[in-house]
Amino acid sequence: MSISAARALKTDFRSAPAAESVIAVRDLSMSYGGDALALRNITLDIPRNRVTAFIGPSGCGKSTLLRCFDRLNDLIEGVRITGNIEFDGVDLYHPSVDVTELRKRVGMVFQRSNPFPKSVYENIAYGPRISGERSRSVLDGIVERSLRSAALWDEVADRLHDSALSLSGGQQQRLCIARAIAVEPEVILMDEPCSALDPIATARIEALIHELKDSYTIVIVTHNMQQAARVSDYTAFLYLGRLIEFGPTEQIFTNPTQKETEDYITGRFG
Amino acid sequence: MPTARAHTDPQYEADLRDLHSRVLALGGLIERQIANATRAFERRDDELAKSTIAADDEPDRMDEEIHDLCLRILALHQPTAGDLRLITTTQRITADLERIGDIVVNICKRVLELNREATVEYAIDLPRMTDIAEGMVRQSLDAYDRGDVSLALTVCREDDIIDKANEQFFSNLLSSMLKNPESISRCLRAMFIAKSVERIGDHATNIASMVVFMVTGKSIRHLDKIPKEV
Repeated sequence: MSISAARALKTDFRSAPAAESVIAVRDLSMSYGGDALALRNITLDIPRNRVTAFIGPSGCGKSTLLRCFDRLNDLIEGVRITGNIEFDGVDLYHPSVDVTELRKRVGMVFQRSNPFPKSVYENIAYGPRISGERSRSVLDGIVERSLRSAALWDEVADRLHDSALSLSGGQQQRLCIARAIAVEPEVILMDEPCSALDPIATARIEALIHELKDSYTIVIVTHNMQQAARVSDYTAFLYLGRLIEFGPTEQIFTNPTQKETEDYITGRFG
Repeated sequence: MPTARAHTDPQYEADLRDLHSRVLALGGLIERQIANATRAFERRDDELAKSTIAADDEPDRMDEEIHDLCLRILALHQPTAGDLRLITTTQRITADLERIGDIVVNICKRVLELNREATVEYAIDLPRMTDIAEGMVRQSLDAYDRGDVSLALTVCREDDIIDKANEQFFSNLLSSMLKNPESISRCLRAMFIAKSVERIGDHATNIASMVVFMVTGKSIRHLDKIPKEV
């Protein structure tokens, strides 16, 4: 069997997107130590400049998979990973990969907003500055552009030197997105970015996700299935560490092919 | 119900089951209305025709209640996948059933007019057509109840039978009118009834094709030929 034929066989309904992929996951398994696998033989392609949502019950592996894309799991003792992940054709887990450089290209926004205890300005300027940018005017431009991209500029333009911790929860989360954008990543990973926000702040973040996808590839983990349906182009359903189904969001939410997916999204689980 | 596994939210499950049983209750009532209109024609029974017309308030009320319940489920539970298809198809199926109820009323009004005239020619053919239409409605509702795609497809194919019967009936009455102009008035009324029965068949076909979509997510409504399976 040729390599392409073998790959075609693996690339079944679980890895459907036709758009060009930026992250290619192949036969990925992972454990946190011990025999239990947190991820089991995951194969999927994250399409470029699209929003991909990971859904599934708690413990299904969706955050674990997301964190693999940023190699955040490396920090956990005992983690074992097999299979591979390619980012723009480069093996993410190859020893030669500079993890700091990788995290500039793959930004992360966490569940709880975590601005640095510094000013709004310094939160945004921090990344570019440690990357070597010293010019004040360049930094000013990056701060304004990032805050505008994160739909926060109008709210904080006259408070740039106030503490970031004085912002509301929703503003802090958008600040974290602006901070991620400031280093011009290709991919933005979001791990339940709205779970601590009220509906208005959530709506702002969702609108922002829509705008950002023209420039970035976004992967979002969410427990809120309506949110996955609203913001994503593709949805992956994981259960017990396995990728059960991956396809266009509209199809997953109107006519999924797998019974487990149907049971989960219609609330017939367990 | 088509989806056997119970919902984890008991209120959601109760609402879905309530909706399902209300649609079947409305369908059962409509089937009886069709049967009563047929008997009123056969027996030239003014009283039965009048009581059938008067009974149309009940399907209208049930239609409103089902509509409200669909809105409530959409607003409170945000259904997806099979549940979403169930709600959206139920709304259309209910509209078809309610429309059949209106058609039955119109048939009964023509029956009352026909009862003032001599017996219409080829009268025996009409109840046969009505029985087919009633059978299609019953089968489409059975298909809805059981999520039975095969039965739904059978109903869709039966629509041809009723269409052909209507054409034949029309042709027979046309000959009769040409031979006997005195029969024109009653023949036109009978033609109206036959056309109404044919439209009941069309609504039953709509219901059946909605069942196919509800179960499979695939639309067959605009296909030229009904497939053997989906």
